[in-house]
Amino acid sequence: MTGTTQSSIRAFWAVLGRDVFVTGREMPSFLAQVLVQPVALLFIFGKVLGQLGYTQPGYAQILLPGMIALNSFLVALQNTSFPLVLDFSFSREIEDRLLAPLPITWVAVEKMLFGAFRGLFAALLMFPIGLLMLGNVAWDLSGLPFAVLCMVLGSLVGGAVGLTVGAAVPPRRINIMFAVILAPLIFTGASQFPWAQLDQLRWFQVVCAFNPLTYVSEGMRGALLPNVPHMAPWVCLLALLGACVIFGALGIKFFLRRALD
Amino acid sequence: MTAAVEVADLVKHYPKSTRNAVDGLSFRVRHGEIFGLLGPNGAGKTTTVGILTTRIVLTGGSATIGGVDVARDPVAARSKVAVVPQRVNLDRSLNARQNLLFHASYHGIGRSERHALATRLMERMGLADKSKARIDDLSGGQAQRLMIARALIHRPEVLFLDEPSTGLDPQARLFVHDRVNDLRSEGVTVVLTTHDMEEAEKLSDRVGVVDHGRMLTVDTPTALIRSLPGSGTIDARLRPNGFDSDKLTGLLSDIPGVRRVEAPGGSTALDGVSPETELRLYVDGEPGSLLGPIAAKLHDNDITVSDLSLGSASLEDVFIELTGRDLR
Repeated sequence: MTGTTQSSIRAFWAVLGRDVFVTGREMPSFLAQVLVQPVALLFIFGKVLGQLGYTQPGYAQILLPGMIALNSFLVALQNTSFPLVLDFSFSREIEDRLLAPLPITWVAVEKMLFGAFRGLFAALLMFPIGLLMLGNVAWDLSGLPFAVLCMVLGSLVGGAVGLTVGAAVPPRRINIMFAVILAPLIFTGASQFPWAQLDQLRWFQVVCAFNPLTYVSEGMRGALLPNVPHMAPWVCLLALLGACVIFGALGIKFFLRRALD
Repeated sequence: MTAAVEVADLVKHYPKSTRNAVDGLSFRVRHGEIFGLLGPNGAGKTTTVGILTTRIVLTGGSATIGGVDVARDPVAARSKVAVVPQRVNLDRSLNARQNLLFHASYHGIGRSERHALATRLMERMGLADKSKARIDDLSGGQAQRLMIARALIHRPEVLFLDEPSTGLDPQARLFVHDRVNDLRSEGVTVVLTTHDMEEAEKLSDRVGVVDHGRMLTVDTPTALIRSLPGSGTIDARLRPNGFDSDKLTGLLSDIPGVRRVEAPGGSTALDGVSPETELRLYVDGEPGSLLGPIAAKLHDNDITVSDLSLGSASLEDVFIELTGRDLR
């Protein structure tokens, strides 16, 4: 290994260490950011509507894996994209890391990986919260490893999409980012409904197939609740790996375009 | 011995632009030298510094830092340079001291060493009591000094200072100037870009004047001033006694040795009661020898002189002579 590679690896860990340190310091606000929305959704749709008799008894069971999937994907996406939009515009904080002795591609990968870590952490937090809130959860535990795999891949895809969006969206457009990107992703990701049962609503099923989150939700739900109609696991796996590669490459390309003139 | 910075036939063309931002620029900066890069807005200074610090990809030519080609090995080049930008780009999620510590860790400096260096640099930059301060609570001058400390902590071979004293009060400006002079004695090479001619003249060992992406001239400030035609000046304050300014200028320009006459301050009196005019005469050779002829000529024309004083041209005169008076 050359000296440059060694110093690049050291710099990569130091840059990652900075993000871990900052997250540790901002833990309360981070928790609020990642938990309020999914907990509220789970509470209203899984608990309140159920007790009022507006949803069928099994609905909360279908919802929980979807909420975990949603958190893994969306928290990773948001935590990569929002800071990046700011970093590249008025704060220019990232310049110090772009001038560190490591390839700029690695800085992009670090951003993506760290966003994915945060997504994964948020998704893991949903397990105990869901169990506490819903009381009994009838999961097939043999499917847990595959569910976790989907969750990990979901976080990575979230980070990759976040890198793409964060490097592509100009700062003055950040306010419409929520309306035109995040909201559609939340509601077309099969996290509140099983995708396989959408055959009566064909066009919507097709729309959902374009959202990577659909494959995280379907993969997790299929593994944990095998009796609910679901997409084939290999399709989920392939789609998530594909999305990882495509958005990862696209994100790095956009990042380099913003970082270098 | 290799130069600290070597730029040869450097070209940068931005995709949407009609002309080259940097257009065949060449210069060398020696080790331990303070080099001033001067030029009007849009001359290509920032682009050149951007290329040397690996943030801008060059279109043609070559640029090396301590023998390392910035285009071929940007990662190695980044460990040799440091930049103090004009705009604050400190990490707002960290406090003042942490900004130094994390920067040092990106550059692979071990834990105990970076703590010792951070303490020393914070002290040297007059920030010892600010180590826990949030970035948003620092004044402009403090943020600037913290950025200089951050730049120095990984012991760069070449430090780039972009407009180091823009927006600073005179005290902070002097402090920064003193620190830059300290760097000279420590053998750190400094490249500074500035519009402030006085600053450039005071700090730089040599200056290069850039315009339209090309290097117009490189030399020591003294040599540049000396090379300027009409580099001596005589400032005259007088009552024109009915002469209008064109006639007055013509009268004085006729004196052998006077190259041109300008009215920098214009007329100073308001009501025409006793209008006093200030003129600056640019002269060749020793200005003192022309005092007599000028005084005599004015006296012959019944023009009252209240002051005649000697001066010399400044770097600003050189700059204007080379780059013109047009606004950019």
